[in-house]
Amino acid sequence: MADNSNMQTGKKGTTRRDFLKNSGLTVGGVVLGGAIGSLFGGGSTATTQETAPAAPALTVNPSAALMFFTPDQYKLAAAAAERIYPKDDNGPGAMELNAAIYIDHQLAGAWGINSKEYMAGPFYKAEETQGSQIRILRKDLFVMGLAALNTYSNKNFDANFADLEAEQQDEVLTAFSEDKAPEISKVRSGIFFNLLRSLTIEGVYADPLYGGNKEMQGWAMRKYPGTRLSFAKEIQNSDFVQLDPESLTSHMGH
Amino acid sequence: MATKLPKVPVVVVGMGWAGGIVASELTKAGISVVGLERGKDRNSSDYMMAHDELRYQHREELMQDLSKETITSRNNEKMRALPMRDYGTFIVGDGVGGAGSHWNGQTYRFLPYDFEIKTMTEERYGADKISPDMPLQNWGITYDEIEPYYDTFEKMAGISGETVEGFGYGPRSNPYPTGPMLKTPIMELFETATKNLGYSPYILPSGNLSEAYENPDGISRAACQYCAYCENFGCEYGAKADPAVTVIPVAKQTGNLDLRTHSNVTEILNDGVKATGVLYVDTITGEEFEQPAEVVVVASYVFNNVRLLLNSGLGRPYNSADQTGSIGKNYCYQVSSASSMMFFEGKEFNLYGGAGALGIEIPDFVGDAFDHSELNFLHGAGIRVTQYGNRPIANNVVPAGTPAWGAEFKAASIKYANSFFPVKSQGASMPHRYNYLDLDPEYKDAYGKPLLRMTFDYTEQDRELVKYISKVTHKIAEEIGADIIQTNEEQGAFNVNKDTNTHNTGGVIMGADPETSAVNSYLQMWDAENVFVVGASAFPHNSAFNPTVTLGALSYRAAEGIQRFLKEGGSLV
Repeated sequence: MADNSNMQTGKKGTTRRDFLKNSGLTVGGVVLGGAIGSLFGGGSTATTQETAPAAPALTVNPSAALMFFTPDQYKLAAAAAERIYPKDDNGPGAMELNAAIYIDHQLAGAWGINSKEYMAGPFYKAEETQGSQIRILRKDLFVMGLAALNTYSNKNFDANFADLEAEQQDEVLTAFSEDKAPEISKVRSGIFFNLLRSLTIEGVYADPLYGGNKEMQGWAMRKYPGTRLSFAKEIQNSDFVQLDPESLTSHMGH
Repeated sequence: MATKLPKVPVVVVGMGWAGGIVASELTKAGISVVGLERGKDRNSSDYMMAHDELRYQHREELMQDLSKETITSRNNEKMRALPMRDYGTFIVGDGVGGAGSHWNGQTYRFLPYDFEIKTMTEERYGADKISPDMPLQNWGITYDEIEPYYDTFEKMAGISGETVEGFGYGPRSNPYPTGPMLKTPIMELFETATKNLGYSPYILPSGNLSEAYENPDGISRAACQYCAYCENFGCEYGAKADPAVTVIPVAKQTGNLDLRTHSNVTEILNDGVKATGVLYVDTITGEEFEQPAEVVVVASYVFNNVRLLLNSGLGRPYNSADQTGSIGKNYCYQVSSASSMMFFEGKEFNLYGGAGALGIEIPDFVGDAFDHSELNFLHGAGIRVTQYGNRPIANNVVPAGTPAWGAEFKAASIKYANSFFPVKSQGASMPHRYNYLDLDPEYKDAYGKPLLRMTFDYTEQDRELVKYISKVTHKIAEEIGADIIQTNEEQGAFNVNKDTNTHNTGGVIMGADPETSAVNSYLQMWDAENVFVVGASAFPHNSAFNPTVTLGALSYRAAEGIQRFLKEGGSLV
């Protein structure tokens, strides 16, 4: 029988081609057994007693789950991010690209608790030129900002933000971006808005390893080839050379 | 209570370019060196996942942990300085390699004019040309004297470039060790346009190797792949010159370097005229050590060089009220606001590729290459087009008037993603009486030591320079023929989170006069002869060029001085 120990141990850096090579099997449209069948997403039922049980096929992205937001907060963050970077003729918007999953993961980690920032007091009111002087952690400011979006939406449109029409959502976000919404625990609404905006852009364009930029579609829209190891061949070309994007997973095993 | 360790000949604080060069030169000469580095050790295997824009550029992976140490800043003495809590402007390095790991690799020499700026300005324009509030100084070394050290640095790093003749550029004893970098279509557009206007473009000198190279120390490195991950990133090919792949391995190989990482120096122990060693904390365990040494080399970043001296009571702190003292004096920066952004309709460039030192520049507006008689500023700016590679989070440039978010923003940022580039500039920064560094009276670092306080704003000189240079960038952009050209002519107030240049200089400046400088031309302290303060902290002003090669040249000179001092003692000049 096939030795499919690579499959079972989930050895890092093993590509499908390596696996097939190592397995000693040839592929020719023939159903090869449960493990490989499931790898190909085929509908094989030809599992025998001798074959080790297959690892369950992942039909969804396992990273698309929440580690920080409540489901309602997630829905709200996804709706707000979509207005920052909406679906259009170019392609998917922030919602479809999993930008809110990215935001969730970022806020859950070290960045959400400002771990590399100088957080010692005292906190004085700053001049415009002195940068942010906010004691509130990003994860807390973001959640309070989401709540403030709903409060503002209910006050002006009698509904939660996620349930508003796109134009109404834009009105709300415009008010926040221009500091016209009420302060959030003494922080200008524009500061929360900037956090939402920059997180959305990151969620659309960061390497997919962080949970957003689903299937590198964010990169594909702007013809960005991702994190390839060399552009020495393309860089002098006077014509635009469009390449398929590659993410950091392609650097594994080097 | 600190554990006292056995005395060593030399202790070096910081293992970036300055500390790495000093350690390499001394250990090769058979001298034992203890290298103390607050961050971690690094080599190119650390960079295998470096093509990660989020982690390295936007989460500052290679940079100093601000939770432990930052600066405070204010625009003038009337303001209360506040801490730079997160990154926006300066990205101070950390770990073996220091800022030399994340730099772009642009390696221009300074001009002969830079080293004798006071004399040459007075000779050409008269003493009145220099404002009384501008403490402009000669460096105590001439271009001809520093040239051999430039040559040594360039050979060590394998600098790629082409020789510029005229325009006040200094003569070279040798051509660049490797040929210039590739010329891309946007560089060709700049080249043609500037030639049409009568200027003299040249490919800028690069620490990203244009070809495979073996340096005199026997270090071999591969050619640059134009992968676009230099600025903020480490190079997994070793194509980018980095202390961690050049001078530090050489020092390690001698067996004479005792490199201690996670070792944060908090004080230089001294009796006012002589250092006895340093005090440092193991940042992992919290243990404190005293390392006695014959010679203390302070080779950390500009900010920490100044702070360490002030926190140790070494040298005389600068006082802006009567302009006495020297530690903290002549803090300078650079002036980069003059630029013309260009957008092109229906034309896409391969801007996803690039390198940190891939670009083209004109020498016509730097130093004193043009007449300043009728101008209200000194020096000038390098005007250039560069191609670093447009990473997608950082490069969402849209024409003015486009909203910053939403449908229009998305459409425009995608439309122009591969269809914009600026003609930009990097201007010199002249010292000013009220631009200086001292200790913050309120904020402390993780070890209880006062933070460094920066008092800095752009001056009339800077605003005039930007106005003048921006017109040249506009003229070049028009000659290139973009569909939309947006020129910035204004220099606003210094903003600690918005400016984007880490070319900080000064604070422990060199010179020929102990009254107006802190170190001599070997970077030996006038007030403590066994202390050498190495780095861009020694620059009495900042030129229009990136500082690294000048910092590197001075480091080679300091290493020579330290060897002499170990034999002869006393002042080296």
